[in-house]
Amino acid sequence: MKQQNILSQVKNLTFSELLYNNEVRAFFFQVATFLLIAGLFYTIIGNLFDNIEARGIHTGFSFLKNRAGFDILPFLGNYLQDYTPESSNLTVFYVGLINTLVVAFVGIILATVLGLFIGIARLSNNYLVAKLAGGYIELFRNIPVLLQIFFWYNIFINIFPHPKKSFSFFEMAFLNQRGLYLPKPVLESGFTLVIIAFLVGIILTVVMKRYFKKKHDETGVYTRTLGYSTLLIFGLPAIFFLLLGSPLHFDFAVLGKFNLKGGMQIVPEFIALTFALSVYTATYIAEAIRSGIEAVDKGQKEAAAAIGLTQTQSLKLIILPQALRVAIPPTINQYLNLTKNSSLATAIGYPELMGAFGGTVLNQVGQAVEILGMAMLVYLFISLCISLLLNIVNKRMAIPER
Amino acid sequence: MAVNELQSTRKPPISQIGAIVWLRTNLFSSWINGLLTVASLYLLYISIPPLLDWMFLSANFNFGTVNILGFDIKFSEVMADNDSCGKEAACWPFIYEKIYMFIYGFYPREEVWRPDVFYGLTALFILIVRLVRNYKYKNRIILSMVITYPIVSYILIAGGFGLLPVVETHQWGGLLLTLIIASVGILISFPIGVVLALGRQSDLRVIKLFSTLFIEFIRAVPLITILFMASFVLPLFLESGTNFDKLLRALIGIALFQAAYFAEVVRGGLQAIPKGQYEAADAVGLSYFQKNALIILPQALKISIPNIVGSSISLFKDTTLVLIIGLMDMLAMVNMTSQDIYWLGRETEGYVFVTIVFWVILYSMSRYSRKLEIRFNTENKD
Repeated sequence: MKQQNILSQVKNLTFSELLYNNEVRAFFFQVATFLLIAGLFYTIIGNLFDNIEARGIHTGFSFLKNRAGFDILPFLGNYLQDYTPESSNLTVFYVGLINTLVVAFVGIILATVLGLFIGIARLSNNYLVAKLAGGYIELFRNIPVLLQIFFWYNIFINIFPHPKKSFSFFEMAFLNQRGLYLPKPVLESGFTLVIIAFLVGIILTVVMKRYFKKKHDETGVYTRTLGYSTLLIFGLPAIFFLLLGSPLHFDFAVLGKFNLKGGMQIVPEFIALTFALSVYTATYIAEAIRSGIEAVDKGQKEAAAAIGLTQTQSLKLIILPQALRVAIPPTINQYLNLTKNSSLATAIGYPELMGAFGGTVLNQVGQAVEILGMAMLVYLFISLCISLLLNIVNKRMAIPER
Repeated sequence: MAVNELQSTRKPPISQIGAIVWLRTNLFSSWINGLLTVASLYLLYISIPPLLDWMFLSANFNFGTVNILGFDIKFSEVMADNDSCGKEAACWPFIYEKIYMFIYGFYPREEVWRPDVFYGLTALFILIVRLVRNYKYKNRIILSMVITYPIVSYILIAGGFGLLPVVETHQWGGLLLTLIIASVGILISFPIGVVLALGRQSDLRVIKLFSTLFIEFIRAVPLITILFMASFVLPLFLESGTNFDKLLRALIGIALFQAAYFAEVVRGGLQAIPKGQYEAADAVGLSYFQKNALIILPQALKISIPNIVGSSISLFKDTTLVLIIGLMDMLAMVNMTSQDIYWLGRETEGYVFVTIVFWVILYSMSRYSRKLEIRFNTENKD
């Protein structure tokens, strides 16, 4: 319809009128942009194929099946994928992906706890605490995060002792310059049942909460559910655990002649990286929390004080629920930033996605387009997931209009 | 009896003023606050004294004889070396010996006046921007500087054009390279960012789609992937045989990356402009370009200045990433100088030195951005 309209309009116009017609111009500009970009892509892709052929680089994804042939720093990804140098390049991809996700997960938890703590401390009426928190934020947010990663890594391998002189915590955990050695949980058959019981506990808790909320809405009777939920979530798996005869034991690290054997080694690269990322990201989260709390109207706090709530009660019941509405969106953005920054691990040799796959495999295979494309898609996917989460949170947090 | 003299005011009671009252209200208002105070003091006690001790009290300052502004200042008989320094505290002679590397990289020593003039120009640039705030021709002065400063700097640092001997880009390094990458990154990416922001706000669907795709894609991936792309894949996109400078590749990657972030900042400014401004511009018959150049952008850019500075701070921090693709910026210099067999194991001193340099620059930038924010806030209120 609209198209016809334009056409019929255009027919009756002289050339100079055509030149100044808005719709004609808009159409022309869009076609021109499209052609320009299409042309650019056409040239680029053409050159790409010429160059690839001239340099004898392979194309396609068959390299994923090839033998990787190099060692990867032993960490969670290795254990879960049973990685050996005989494994394929695809396995390296998974190892890197797992290691990225582990850093992101642990980093996000630590940064949130630290950020919440510092953000609240920043507004404390205790002069010293507030100044300390402010100093922390100003210090760590103004240092490039890569520098912080290098710094903590360097500190870690310099101040902790040689494996022979490891710090020992009751012969169960050890700390030395090769990392932290924790008891390694070994699952036996039947442990899956315990995990299932745990999940069932969570589902039952949700169902129960719904029921009591409905009851509260209808009759106004409030029931405390914390005890029941704890019982369901932790008690249920515990019963199964005991019934099945404890299907789990720990493999402790033992001090050998030169090095520790067994146990679960948490490499210094991971510790330094996670520490630096959390410390850095926590400054931004703290600022988000602070601006959230400051966004709460002063009258709310005064009203809370007027009806006799203690400071802790007022924080928990009045301030935080309103402050979080402002603070959560920027915090989730920081989670995305932390995940993206985890790619800096390349610089200290922690085998995450860009280090192991985008770095070592790329150097060996040379198929930059495919490898970097895969890595970028992973980050794109992660960031889409986080955006989705952000949208859901925003929707739930929005003040319901009446 | 009436008293006609003015009575002198009495001093407030001692229980209301003075250090003790301040302590009581600010540090020990409740037992939990008291506990927090003690915990904070303990935290300071375990962190500050060892740090001071490492950095100053037990540190080695034996630089030998140093010539400062024509005066010979004697710190010690001979300069300390790695062994005489010891491992317990900082060894600053290491920094003293390597300071040239940290500041100029591999720039030829006989040409060192050129980076020095560049540093001077940069300082002058910042000084002028801060001083001419209320001057009538402020915009013209700043605009002409923004155009001449990069050209003059480029001729100065790179040489060529028959004026100065050429210094290859692989010889640039240290703080010099960090500043170059940051300033070039900002200057190139800003106009691209503005165009992208306008594109994303445009009514033309094709342009809007491409701008949005570009911005969202770049913002979703880490800078490293972009830098790797720029360094490995970009040469493949060009006609074979085109030789392509490593620094230029990194700069292209950084500029594209930063453009997406600037675009979002500027878009925030564009969205804050009341609709009436657009309509008024249309009503007086301005064309699209006139409308944006004369009415919309001046206002939108002004409100986004604090965020533009904020985004530039992020870029400045991100410049350190170029070491991953093998450029020798200031941070890379630490990793390199500590490989010197005469100064093995002095990374910590290097990191601390570089941290101080970065921190001072970044902290002043963030203070400046906060100041701007406050200034613009009050202007918008009335």
